[in-house]
Amino acid sequence: MIVPAARLRAGPLLAGMAGLTGAALLAVLVGPVRLAPGAVLAELAGRLPWVHTRSGLSRQEAAILWELRLPRVVLGGLVGAMLAMAGAAYQGVFRNPLADPYLLGAAAGAGLGATLAIAYGPDTLLPVAAFAGAVTGVAAAYALGRSGGTRTATTLILSGVAVAAFLTAVQTYLQQRKAETLREVYGWILGRLTTAGWREVVLVVPYALVSTVAILLHRRLIDVLAVGDDEASSLGLRASQVRLVVVAAATLATAAAVAVSGLIGFVGIIVPHTVRLLAGTSYRRLLPLSLVGGAIFLILADLVARTVTAPAELPIGVVTAFFGAPFFALVLRTARRAP
Amino acid sequence: MTAVELAGVSVDLGGRPVLRDLDLAIAGGARLGLIGPNGSGKTTLLRAIAGLVPARGRIRVGDAPPGGLSRRELARRIALVPQSPAVPAGMTVADYVLLGRTPYISYLGTETRRDLAIVAQVLDHLDLAAFAARPLDSLSGGERQRAVLARALAQQAPVLLLDEPTTGLDVGHQQQVLELVDTLRQNLGLTVVSAMHDLTLAGQFADQLVLLDGGRVAAAGPPATVLTEAVIGRHYHASVRVLEDPGGGIVVVPVRPTLERQVTHEQPA
Repeated sequence: MIVPAARLRAGPLLAGMAGLTGAALLAVLVGPVRLAPGAVLAELAGRLPWVHTRSGLSRQEAAILWELRLPRVVLGGLVGAMLAMAGAAYQGVFRNPLADPYLLGAAAGAGLGATLAIAYGPDTLLPVAAFAGAVTGVAAAYALGRSGGTRTATTLILSGVAVAAFLTAVQTYLQQRKAETLREVYGWILGRLTTAGWREVVLVVPYALVSTVAILLHRRLIDVLAVGDDEASSLGLRASQVRLVVVAAATLATAAAVAVSGLIGFVGIIVPHTVRLLAGTSYRRLLPLSLVGGAIFLILADLVARTVTAPAELPIGVVTAFFGAPFFALVLRTARRAP
Repeated sequence: MTAVELAGVSVDLGGRPVLRDLDLAIAGGARLGLIGPNGSGKTTLLRAIAGLVPARGRIRVGDAPPGGLSRRELARRIALVPQSPAVPAGMTVADYVLLGRTPYISYLGTETRRDLAIVAQVLDHLDLAAFAARPLDSLSGGERQRAVLARALAQQAPVLLLDEPTTGLDVGHQQQVLELVDTLRQNLGLTVVSAMHDLTLAGQFADQLVLLDGGRVAAAGPPATVLTEAVIGRHYHASVRVLEDPGGGIVVVPVRPTLERQVTHEQPA
């Protein structure tokens, strides 16, 4: 009996989950106030049903754990998972290794939305404005990306370029008019998790769930798209339909991530490619493993961002690129497979 | 029984007519060769039959209902081997052949044991079992062409369309691939329609030839009636010699007009 190499095996997934648990624990423990590992484990276990433990954490330490560290780690994990999954999904449906979640104007749209909110609105409007901007950007690119009655991957990408250029022009103009907002807008563009709380987590979770389910359900079909729209069509599959659903789901995931964390770059490219080099090119394995890998990567990047220059914080986008790029180059050099 | 029937089929691509008012009936179990100069519409005809280009007129596949077939249903009845198939990087031969099961696997579902058994059977049939776990892009041209054929066979479609199946293969592999297709046709009772450039091979591996020129059927019939020096000269604008192979069959050899004259000139009076 043939066993498809594309199938996700338990080993890599379990290894990924173990890595994720380790990264999350490390990130929870490390900070200006050191928390004792045993006490933190006991405190966490105490919240499980039917488990009664006494952690020995002080009230203040417990508050640091529950109100500061944990939501930030959870949010970092969610954002990383969404960006990596969306990046992999975009690479699949566009058959383009350089595709990332911001390909179709999501970043430019979110940037414009955020700039509008920072310049003219109350702070509370920022996530909604960024989310709406990202979705509007991609929707515009999709609506315009028709040529000769059909939407091919290439026309969509080019239309995304046009939309992004236009939205960025408007955003830059607004930013220049309101120069006092420059610093805040710039900080947002570089990405940050400093404002992370449970409120942001609750904001992201529904979108994360919906888009993850939709994309994972389509992962076998994304493999079929690897032979191109035409051949996929001769195999009975409407490529444009799969692309629409996957792009919509990936856009929701990206918009939700961007809304709470700004434009964290590089995750959507580096994580899927690293997974690809380690575990093969099939999207049936790549998508679930990218979810886990993205979460690990961003949790660790955020840990570095908030500890290296403490008490100041580095923008997380700087960390993802500074550590991510050399790591990626290393994986590229040592991998046997071409991406 | 007719496997595919075309009546008054026209196709425009980019505003330019590529097929014009074409009538063609392809009998079940036939091995039909499509020949014609570059741009005559061979590929477009295959793509129209496979439902990949919008066509006017009527294309009926087997006993399909008049309302036509859905994309999936069509893919279960017609398998197309394109001229230069995409080679997804890193995909194993087994996974590639499994793509042929796409029209049978439910939209969001996954392959069943039956799908995998069919893939294993096809790989065995085409001597590819040893390559199952190899990445497709590590195969040689001939092996890769067998893998592409295997994917088409996994579709279990009664009609197999081949667009220049021997492109890029040396003469030995050309023969091997065409012999393989012919054996499969006999064993599985397939209807095979191949677009071909090599007229000698077309004559040897087809019972019926259809010569397209300018999107119309210019000549049709058994190879002996279509592959004549006059017909080829008129439609290909080529100088050829058509020779009888003592072993049966026809050999079409291009000759260089200037060289021919020189040779004649040098002959003693």
